[in-house]
Amino acid sequence: MRHVISLLIENESGALSRVSGLFSARGYNIESLTVAPTEDASMSRMTIVTSGSDEIIEQITKQLNKLVEVVKVVDISEAAHIERELMLIKVRATGKDREEVKRTADIFRARIIDVTDASYVVELTGNQAKLDAFVGAIDPALILETVRSGVCGVGRGDRVLKL
Amino acid sequence: MVLTGAEIVVRCLQEEKIEYVFGYPGGAVLYLYDALFQQEEVRHVLVRHEQAAVHAADGYARSTQKVGVALVTSGPGATNAVTGIATAYCDSIPLVIISGQVPTAAIGQDAFQEVDTVGITRPCVKHNFLVRDVRDIASTIKKAFYLAKTGRPGPVLVDIPKDITIAKCDFEYPKEISMRSYNPVVRGHQGQIKKAVQLLLEAKRPMIYTGGGVVLADAAEQLTRLIRLLGYPVTNTLMGLGGYPASDRQFLGMPGMHGTYEANMSMHYCDVLLAVGARFDDRVIGNPAHFAEEPRKIIHVDIDPSSISKRVKVDVPIVGDVKEVLDEMIRQLEAGAARPNADHLATWWKQIEEWRGRNCMAYKNSDEIIKPQFVVQKLWEVTGGNAIVTSDVGQHQMWAAQYYPFEQPRRWLNSGGLGTMGVGLPYAMGAQLAHPDAQVACITGEASIQMNIQELSTCKQFRLPIKICNLNNRYLGMVRQWQQIFHGARYSESYMDSLPDFAKLAASYGHVGIRVDRPCDVEDALREAFVKHKNELVFLDFQVDQTENVYPMVQGGKGLTEMILSAEDL
Repeated sequence: MRHVISLLIENESGALSRVSGLFSARGYNIESLTVAPTEDASMSRMTIVTSGSDEIIEQITKQLNKLVEVVKVVDISEAAHIERELMLIKVRATGKDREEVKRTADIFRARIIDVTDASYVVELTGNQAKLDAFVGAIDPALILETVRSGVCGVGRGDRVLKL
Repeated sequence: MVLTGAEIVVRCLQEEKIEYVFGYPGGAVLYLYDALFQQEEVRHVLVRHEQAAVHAADGYARSTQKVGVALVTSGPGATNAVTGIATAYCDSIPLVIISGQVPTAAIGQDAFQEVDTVGITRPCVKHNFLVRDVRDIASTIKKAFYLAKTGRPGPVLVDIPKDITIAKCDFEYPKEISMRSYNPVVRGHQGQIKKAVQLLLEAKRPMIYTGGGVVLADAAEQLTRLIRLLGYPVTNTLMGLGGYPASDRQFLGMPGMHGTYEANMSMHYCDVLLAVGARFDDRVIGNPAHFAEEPRKIIHVDIDPSSISKRVKVDVPIVGDVKEVLDEMIRQLEAGAARPNADHLATWWKQIEEWRGRNCMAYKNSDEIIKPQFVVQKLWEVTGGNAIVTSDVGQHQMWAAQYYPFEQPRRWLNSGGLGTMGVGLPYAMGAQLAHPDAQVACITGEASIQMNIQELSTCKQFRLPIKICNLNNRYLGMVRQWQQIFHGARYSESYMDSLPDFAKLAASYGHVGIRVDRPCDVEDALREAFVKHKNELVFLDFQVDQTENVYPMVQGGKGLTEMILSAEDL
């Protein structure tokens, strides 16, 4: 089962490697991992997308909690939550493709944020499935490069991950 | 008071009332050694290899309940220490390791004797720090000691670049430390404890299984009270030996791969299992799928939530300090009127006594050739069962655990989790320094002892009267045993050829060496060592039976009840 784990961790050098090292040492899977400081610069928030049986997910949360610098861990996918990912995709945009890419971007409510006579950079935000669908809708031959941020997530409503 | 970083480190150690630092100097720690030189409170023990520094600090910690301290230089000093750190980590031993690092400006430049110590040690420490500012030294060391000894204990490393040791700042040692990200649970959940006590009282076939956590939490007294109160059978793991007096009738011996028949059968066929400070290790329960076949309710008390439901599913988890939880269990039991059902218990004990009647520890002694088990039994007799016994890793370790019954905790020091050959002698050094008047015996083999034999020199320098009992079978005995059983008796690289004359080797270091060839000389040799040469290190080189195997044995991957009891079962 796919799970989205959010955690708060002291913003110390090496904190990221403690988390990623834990996953590799224990053979846990990381689909994506994002990290950046929170409104309190001394603390970072990490979102990890992983998968595994209930027992493995339980061990992952316990092992993360055991890391001395980890302040709080929540499996936000246990209840209603929102996931978003940002994608920047550079596509070839010449001839009739130029208009087609523009139209597809509009349909997905994506934005074109860089334009040259031969290419566009399209910015698209959404859940993983939406981003995948956009990539699927573009002719693979047109894609010059794709960069995705990995998933950020937050619980809906009253569910707050805070110190 | 303005001090240099090096002086601050030493002051911190003084504030922590550290008696001994085990270490080895080098370029990056010269200022630290200079600061150590100029004071007398913290004594330094110069080892002959950094691995032994950490092991000795570890042995000191295991035998005392205090935090052990090691000091090593950067680069190879730190990498040599890694085996020691990993050994302590696997057995949850509280250590603070201070390592020198190249100057801050040189970090990342591939400087001489530079390694990423924090990176290399990250997977085998409870936590580690790189100090980048002299003003952080005192608070970091305070945190290191706090982390090492609280919660589930473990080694903590503090890496200090050389320039930080000469920089100066005002020194004040923090009195308290609080970390928002680290708050180990101490008290167990009342409701869960109540549920556990209820379950224990209703059990028809109860069993209590305890590990190193009881020793680490200093809870042997509580454990003994609880077990006597209930009248239930108990087993102590390799790490938990001494947690309950081995001579008591309720003690079933050690469980697991080389555990007793009665302990393993009781573990398997009980209907309620109380696990205390133990982690259902593969060497203890064998194949977890086989273990799960028999239905039983499991209560698991542990300070570390990640140990619970890791290898077996637990019905009543209790996270908390073992001592506190046991105290609360005793309190609830004594406050309540309910007592175990005497009939059920009598039937269960009858079954256990039948299992015990198999006498699985029996071995055939010989007049011709020294049996290793016999040496351990004689050692027990000669030391009155009161020695602090350290071991290395292999057959001799198992024989020591099986044939030297421990009445008290912190008398048995061995590397249970990592299984590190070479710990025996440095553990004995740490234990002997901590307990100068105690009898300290190191039960070892001719292979293990050679992994840190250089420490005979340290023992001479510090006049440590350790008694080394070398069960010399000219084989990597446990490897040979597995090769015999699982690899068609093809003894690939498991013989020990070109051995030194250990008695002469010991003598060349200035110690007493005695070679023993005949069973009839074993006791006299031991008495000579412990009485005549009481104040000297004696290296007893026992030439033992090369073909002796450790039994009982549960093969890797098999279930606890699928035991080989003797060579006849092969």
